[in-house]
Amino acid sequence: MRLFASLKISARALRRNKMRSLLTMLGVIIGVGAVIASVSLTSGATKEVEDQVSSLGENVVNVFSGNFTRGGMRGGWGSAPTLTLADSAAIAQLPNVVAVTPEVRDREQVLANGQNWNTLVMGESPSYPQIRNWKMARGAMFSDDDVASLAKCAVIGQTVVDQLFPNQDPVGQTIRIRNLPFLVVGVLAPKGFNLFGQDQDDTVVVPYSSHMHRITTRRFVNDILVEASSSDTINDVQDEINELLLERHHTTDPDFTVRNQLELMDMVTKTSRTMSLLIAGVAAVSLVVGGIGIMNIMLVSVTERTREIGIRMAVGARAADILVQFLIEAVTLSAFGGAIGIGGGVAFSMTVSNFYGIPAYTPYLWIIIAFASSALIGIISGFYPAWKASQLDPIEALRYE
Amino acid sequence: MNSKPVIQLRDLYKTYRSGEVEVHAVRGVSLDILKGEFVAIMGSSGSGKSTMMNMIGALDRPTGGQYLLDGVDVATLNRDALAKVRNEKIGFIFQGFNLLSRTTALENVEMPMLYNSRRIPAQERHVQAAKALNLVGLGSRSGHHPNQLSGGQQQRVAIARALVNQPTILLADEPTGNLDSQTSIEIMGVFQTLNDQGITIVMVTHELDVARFTKRMIVLRDGRVVTDEPVQPRSQADVELGKLKAAQEAVQLH
Ligand SMILES: Nc1ncnc2c1ncn2[C@@H]1O[C@H](COP(=O)(O)OP(=O)(O)OP(=O)(O)O)[C@@H](O)[C@H]1O
Ligand SMILES: [Mg+2]
Repeated sequence: MRLFASLKISARALRRNKMRSLLTMLGVIIGVGAVIASVSLTSGATKEVEDQVSSLGENVVNVFSGNFTRGGMRGGWGSAPTLTLADSAAIAQLPNVVAVTPEVRDREQVLANGQNWNTLVMGESPSYPQIRNWKMARGAMFSDDDVASLAKCAVIGQTVVDQLFPNQDPVGQTIRIRNLPFLVVGVLAPKGFNLFGQDQDDTVVVPYSSHMHRITTRRFVNDILVEASSSDTINDVQDEINELLLERHHTTDPDFTVRNQLELMDMVTKTSRTMSLLIAGVAAVSLVVGGIGIMNIMLVSVTERTREIGIRMAVGARAADILVQFLIEAVTLSAFGGAIGIGGGVAFSMTVSNFYGIPAYTPYLWIIIAFASSALIGIISGFYPAWKASQLDPIEALRYE
Repeated sequence: MNSKPVIQLRDLYKTYRSGEVEVHAVRGVSLDILKGEFVAIMGSSGSGKSTMMNMIGALDRPTGGQYLLDGVDVATLNRDALAKVRNEKIGFIFQGFNLLSRTTALENVEMPMLYNSRRIPAQERHVQAAKALNLVGLGSRSGHHPNQLSGGQQQRVAIARALVNQPTILLADEPTGNLDSQTSIEIMGVFQTLNDQGITIVMVTHELDVARFTKRMIVLRDGRVVTDEPVQPRSQADVELGKLKAAQEAVQLH
């Protein structure tokens, strides 16, 4: 039997019962649509989180003050200062460490141009943009000399530029922090919001030495950012930092926490994997339901068309011809339903995405999986009815009323 | 004439069993039909004509006896081989037409070509089907569905479908049952032409007039052959058509 001719026969049979075909497909349409929509929305969210995690910098190890795993933590991350500049310098000497910056943070009122803006003032080393994978939009990062000389210079984020220097080039201008003039030497490229919804561009970066001696007076740093040479060495670097700090702090009970990007990434992928599993379950159930609907309608169709089958056999159709014809009909139903479901799911997620401003993204793999499994469900659920049709006796089928 | 038997029935039986009741539709038919023969099968209603035709047409299996088609015992053929026989060797015209009601006349006639072991391109299927419809005088109605056609027109679609795969044996169960006398004679003309080209034809009919166009007449009664004789004298379609037209004109003159 010719494939194209079979397709034509199936299409005609399905068109004859438009409403019934549509209702039969509905199971697959809703199932596939729901799966594609939820996959699109969760993938969008996951992708955004992944983007943000990697925007923290690649191969980065964070060393925080305080012990996160110990019960009764006081007041959150970095609240129990234990890390010092000496710790940071020692870490810089470890093998496979490319760059290190101690971090100090403070919210300050910043003045310029007669404007006033409250922002996060961070003390960093010149390696900071490299570690955070953060480009300079204008000007340049301050240097080691600036750190050594406690220079009053700063690099500012785009939000601060927008607030204090609208429509102006801030490089070369002066901002005042606690009444001290800081020279703006560079502007950081816009980076957007981070995982916790904070505007990363709302910041002023100054040499850590200037921060610790001029803006504030403190001995401890909030945390230390370390960049490892590659993702292969990141675990080694982490272990070495652990050992080094235990030794330097003369303790066996860590008063610091070492975390790397991979662990953060793991946390994200773990949740998204759980989500995927849930979706797969929903998909399986809905496809089984859709498949049962298709099998039911195909059985009805075979009974209804017993005489047609008899006539086709009488003029020479073989069992295989009849089998293929009904299989194609079932697959056409389910694949068509799958295609509509994919279209509907994508459209739905895009609408939700536009409406609520959450990202949506449909991986091609899922489109292929959804389409292939709906076609497969057509084959599986259509097989029994088609086989039954193919096994009819021609003369009995002809006599069927 | 070539004298090779194409159809050989040896003590053929068909018994229908529905519950306790047994119906002996065909009981012990033996006959040989040679290549190029044109046979009429007659007999009263219920005498077993259709039952016998279905067995000859490889649609139904006998419950007893043997049926050799071209020397091959049909009982030894599997389903697919039987389908191939029905598709390529035999053209079957059913008593009840058996057309697909929701497809056009042309598509009904094309259908047997879909199942041919030779891959026939759609274009050629179209041409062949149109040719067969023209042959039975239905070329202009090829786009109509069976329920838009008269009984006689449906019958002619069924005839065209039986002819389209160029079978060597044509089996016709009352092919003129629904036709007026003029169309009946025209169809008999088609049959005689085909028969002259060497096609073996077995035809069931109630009408003696129609049987006269054949070469041999077999009469069944209660599932047995009671008469088997050559047709003498034989009617010729063109002659009969001329006579009929003259008669019709005479009627119209008065
Ligand atoms: N499927 C069947 N089940 C039971 N009995 C049947 C079946 N088909 C036919 N018969 C019986 O077999 C006998 C022969 O039937 P068949 O159809 O061969 O007659 P026929 O000679 O073709 O009659 P007609 O001229 O009316 O077409 C009848 O008595 C009929 O009732
Ligand atoms: Mg009959």
